[in-house]
Amino acid sequence: MSLRTSRSARAGQYVALLGYLVFLAFPFLWLISTAFKPARELGSLHPTWIPEHPTLDNFRKAFDEQPLLQAAANSLIAALCAAVVAVLIATPMAYVLARHRSRLSTVTTGWVVVSQAFPFVLLIIPLFLVLKNLHLINTLWGLIMVYVVWALPFALWMLVGYVRAVPAELEEAASVDGAGRLRTLVSVTAPLLAPGIVATALFAFITAWNEFFFALVLLKTPEKQTLPVVLTHFIGAEGAADLGPLAAAAFLATLPSLVVFAVIQRRITGSLLAGAVKS
Amino acid sequence: MRASVTTTAVAVATALALLLTGCSGTGDGGDGNGRTGLSFLSLAWQKESVDANKQLVKEWNETHPDIHVNYVQGSWDTVHDQLLTSFEGDEAPDVIHDASDDLADFAYGGYLADLRTLLPDRLTSDIPQQSWRTTTFGDGVYGVPFLQEPRVLIANTKILKESGVRIPTPGNPWSWAEFRQITKELTGKGRYGVAWPLKEPVSVTLNLGLSAGGRLFHPGADGKVTIRAGEGDQAVPGAIHDQVNIDHSAARTALGMGGSDTLPGFFGGKYAMVPLGFSYRQQVVEQAPEGFEWTVLPAPAGSGGLAQGVSPQTLSVAETSPHKKEAAQFIDFLLRPQNMVRLAKGDWMLPTGTAALADPALHTDKDGWSTGVAVAKALRPAPAQSVRGYPEWKDKVATPALQEYYSGAIGAEELRKRLIDDGNRVLARYQR
Repeated sequence: MSLRTSRSARAGQYVALLGYLVFLAFPFLWLISTAFKPARELGSLHPTWIPEHPTLDNFRKAFDEQPLLQAAANSLIAALCAAVVAVLIATPMAYVLARHRSRLSTVTTGWVVVSQAFPFVLLIIPLFLVLKNLHLINTLWGLIMVYVVWALPFALWMLVGYVRAVPAELEEAASVDGAGRLRTLVSVTAPLLAPGIVATALFAFITAWNEFFFALVLLKTPEKQTLPVVLTHFIGAEGAADLGPLAAAAFLATLPSLVVFAVIQRRITGSLLAGAVKS
Repeated sequence: MRASVTTTAVAVATALALLLTGCSGTGDGGDGNGRTGLSFLSLAWQKESVDANKQLVKEWNETHPDIHVNYVQGSWDTVHDQLLTSFEGDEAPDVIHDASDDLADFAYGGYLADLRTLLPDRLTSDIPQQSWRTTTFGDGVYGVPFLQEPRVLIANTKILKESGVRIPTPGNPWSWAEFRQITKELTGKGRYGVAWPLKEPVSVTLNLGLSAGGRLFHPGADGKVTIRAGEGDQAVPGAIHDQVNIDHSAARTALGMGGSDTLPGFFGGKYAMVPLGFSYRQQVVEQAPEGFEWTVLPAPAGSGGLAQGVSPQTLSVAETSPHKKEAAQFIDFLLRPQNMVRLAKGDWMLPTGTAALADPALHTDKDGWSTGVAVAKALRPAPAQSVRGYPEWKDKVATPALQEYYSGAIGAEELRKRLIDDGNRVLARYQR
């Protein structure tokens, strides 16, 4: 009886999971379908999942009409730099906050939380003026600085959790065995933190890759603009859109995030499981 | 572990290399050759339109070696926010493409240059006074209106012919009552006579309301504007409401749609007609199935004739631009009659200039151009676009009230109460 209940419960869980997956995948699958449809099929009253006359015209038009490669390169530079710099700053900070608890670390953590409460619309004009004074408007440097600052609180928050999950006893044991502070950090703590660092970098990368508003406001010339900004050029007044090329470009824009996540996710899982079972 | 360290090292090195190679330079487009540099923010988005704009910039740069124009691509979706931060940060483009209904805050805020003394007589006299009124705020003129689009009926020719109804022309349009009757006749067998895409109902209601003598916004002698409803103000919303809720000749499901969303139903024969902006013809041409026959009809007329409100696309000059004179010269070049025609064709819209409107290229029945040209004379400034407090009234009061009214959730009296009583309270806050 218990087994039957368990099986039916498991079946129900799988059905729920399947439903959730379909819910999540639907927009993306529709995007792919739209990207390969000719204009006439986009206007069909009875749309199909599989394009009846699949075409690459939308991709051709998208590349013809907008500088997508340039924009993708800009997005990649901004996202990679933001992820690397955010992790480089956040990791030592997180270590200190997690290991050396004091009134100052409590205040710092509190401030990090509070800093996330400000909506970006409130910050954009002061930020614009600051960057203007630094002559960083319309530069990727300026945008990367903003992305680092924007990602830092959450990255720090994530990493503090990861550092706390690493038992301090391991570091003490290394110390007892004669390892110095630096040796302990490099050989004991850093490998155990790797999954957390990778996850944090992934978070910072995807946040920067998808970010739109700061890029819109801070970058002026077409050769500097990032992908999310260039995608809006397929949208006209009153919500009218050049749907096929927009879908094609949006599909291409989502690929790097998916690839990065697919590659890194396996490493995260692998790292987390490493050493879990002693053979 | 070694592999992990190596991978990390490679990633960091790559990122730093990218950082060093990709982030340098300010890229402000200055050529350092002593030439005047102008930046032109363009919102062109359809391929033909982008091509036309870029080609005109190229021609200008070739013929004006002392004044170099940089084409900057913007987006209709985000232009207001982008401009706001640019103005605040003193980084605005010299020449700004926008629409007249977006200019009021920037004009009153002192961000746009008054163009009265900058523009040549040729351009000033070429564009009719009613178009200039769309960009006049207070005593100044803050943009050159150059493209406009009336709302027209895009109709399925086959259904109209089979039904035997009278086909309207700009000279003899349908009245609103006739339109209602005809949509009833066209309804049946799973088909609706009309689909009103009213995702944003306020501009449609106000703009078409002019045809029935609607005004709603009444400026007083003291300059303050109040909202009052006369008989003419009820005609258009009443007709739409009755088509949806009494005659059932207008598709209820279309009420929440944008214009593009109605096209599949139109092509599939589910709707006989769709009232859309003139530029939607481009999407019809691109997406209509092989052999689909369609035509462009004028919107119904009332006591105001074919009048309807429009918010033209505009070209403005930033007040902070150090090269206002040169910017105005560039605008004059862009809007020479033959160039205005190129821009109009690229955007599938109507030029405001009388010389451009007379161009034979636009006087063709193909794709409904001649119908648009014929109604151009009747176009007026969209009501209330320069009234302070209008955006809040539109978003917080009128949009939900009209949506509920058209769907049948509230009646005409409740609509009137909300639009007027609640609306006047909103306006009063802005006009103290």
